[in-house]
Amino acid sequence: MERVRILNASGCLDALTAPDVARSLDAFVTKTVTPLPRQGNPPPRIAETESGMLNSIGLQNPGMDAFVAEHVPRLSELGVPIWVSVGGFSAADYALVCASLDRCDEVAAIELNLSCPNVEEAAETAAELVAASRAATAKPLYAKLSPATWDIAETARVVAEAGADGLSLVNTIRGLSVDPDTLEPTLARGAGGYSGPALLPVAAACVYACARAVELPIVGMGGVSSGRDALTLVAAGASAVALGTILFSDPFAPERIRRELEAEVAARGHGSAAEIRGRAHQLVALRDQ
Amino acid sequence: MTSLPAESLASSSLVLAGRPATRERLGVVGVEECGAYAVIRLERGSLDPGTPGQFFMLEAPGRVLPRPMSLCQAPQGELAFLVDPVGPGTRALCALDHGDAIHVLGPLGNGFDLSVERPLLVAGGIGIAPMPYLSEALGGPPALLGFRTELHAEAARLLPGADVVVEPRLVTELLPEDPGDVLACGPEPMLEALAALVPGAQLAWEAPMACGYGACYGCAIEVDGRYRRLCVDGPVLFGSAERN
Repeated sequence: MERVRILNASGCLDALTAPDVARSLDAFVTKTVTPLPRQGNPPPRIAETESGMLNSIGLQNPGMDAFVAEHVPRLSELGVPIWVSVGGFSAADYALVCASLDRCDEVAAIELNLSCPNVEEAAETAAELVAASRAATAKPLYAKLSPATWDIAETARVVAEAGADGLSLVNTIRGLSVDPDTLEPTLARGAGGYSGPALLPVAAACVYACARAVELPIVGMGGVSSGRDALTLVAAGASAVALGTILFSDPFAPERIRRELEAEVAARGHGSAAEIRGRAHQLVALRDQ
Repeated sequence: MTSLPAESLASSSLVLAGRPATRERLGVVGVEECGAYAVIRLERGSLDPGTPGQFFMLEAPGRVLPRPMSLCQAPQGELAFLVDPVGPGTRALCALDHGDAIHVLGPLGNGFDLSVERPLLVAGGIGIAPMPYLSEALGGPPALLGFRTELHAEAARLLPGADVVVEPRLVTELLPEDPGDVLACGPEPMLEALAALVPGAQLAWEAPMACGYGACYGCAIEVDGRYRRLCVDGPVLFGSAERN
C-alpha cells in the first residue's frame, strides 16, 4: 500500500539554502517560476496574525531562463523529485514556462499556480490556463486552486477536463491586517495571502468537495502543523500532504509530521495512511443511509 | 513551554545557507528586567553560540511564528538574549519563567567580521542586543550607545565603560573624526546615517522574518538595487552596500 507523500507548499522552502529540509520531503516544490525575472513586492512582506500569517512576496523569482540554466541542475543534485510551480499573467505565459520545463528531464511534475489575483476569478480562465499548459508539456500537471471561489468542485471538474493530472488544494486566502496604533495596513501592498493554522478547515472543505467531484490525486495543504492535521486532509480525500507555514517555525516538520501521521494511522488499526484516504466520505455515506 | 518529556530534549542539526545550525528545546534559566528590556537566559544545550551578530529563532509561546534575536551574551552553559517587549511575540518571550522551555534554532545568518584593527561599537536602542557578546569577542573595544529614554538607557549596564547619550542627543554626535572600524546595530535612520558617514562600517539590520533560513522571502531588503533576503545575506552588511 502506497504511503502518503509529504511535500512542501510552493514558496515555503528554498531547497538551495535548506537542502537537508528538501531531502526530508518526498518531493520538493519550487517557488513559482514566471517567464521573466520578478523582483517581488516591497517590504514589509509578511505579518503574523492571531491564527496565521500574511505574506505578499509577489512571485519573486529569477525567471524561466535563469531557473532552467542555473537552478534546475543544482536542484537535481538533491536526489528528491522536483516539482516546479509555474505562474504567469496569461495562458501564453503558462505555456511558455511549461514548454521550457518540458525539456528538463530533472523536472518530475509541474504545479500550475492558478491563484494569481489577475487570473483566478473565472473557472473558464483556470481551464484555459490548464489547456494551454497541457498543450505545451507531457509532464504531470497539478492545478493549484484558490479556496476563494464560489464552487471549487466545479473548478476541479473543468481543470480535469482541460487535462490536469492532479489538484493542489489550497493556495492562501486573501487577508489584511492593520497596525493597531497607526491603523495602516501592515503589508506594503495592503492585502496578502493568509496561511497557517486557521486555513486547515478551509483546505479540508476544498479537498472534501473536490474529492467527490473528480477522480484526480489531490495534494492537500493549508495549515497542516501536526500528523493529526495531515490525517484530516487525507480523510477528506488528499493522497499527499504539503507543508507550508509550519516549515518557517520548524524545519524538521516533515520528519515529525510523517512520524506523527504513521502513529495516528497505527492507533486506528491501519497499516498505512493511504488506507484512510477519503474515509470521511465513506462515513458520511454510512451516516446518510 | 511546559515541563519537558525526556524525548523532546533531543536536538536536531542540519545545514542552513551553508552553515551548521541546531534546533533544540532549551530550558529557561531566568528572565531579568533590564530597563525597558528583558534579558532572557536559556540553557545552551548543544547549540553553538556562533559569531557575534548571528541570530537565533526563538519560539514565542502561543504565536504562529518564532522571533529572530541576536545573541547578547554567552555565559558558560547559557545563551542570553535581550528582548524589547513591543508586540505579542516579544511580550510572550518576556513572560517566560524559570522552568519553561522553548524551541530555539541557530545560529543563523552572517555575523560581524571580527578581523578589524580599531573596532568601535555603535548601537541605538535595542540595537545594543548583540554588543556585549561582540565586545567580549573583540576584547572590550570603545562603544557608543544612544537611547530614547533614561529607562531604555539602563541597558547600558550590559556594556560597562560605554559612552551613552539619551534623546534628543544622537549617538552619531559622539562619533570621532576618525572612527576606525565601526560595527553597529540600531534603528534604520541611525544605520543609514552611519552608512553615509562611515562607508566601511559593518551594519546589523533588522527585518520581519518568518523562518530565518531563506525559506519565506519575507525579510527582503533592497541592496544594490535588488531585494535580498536579510536572513541569508545579512543581517550584517557593509555600509558601502547601496540600500536604495
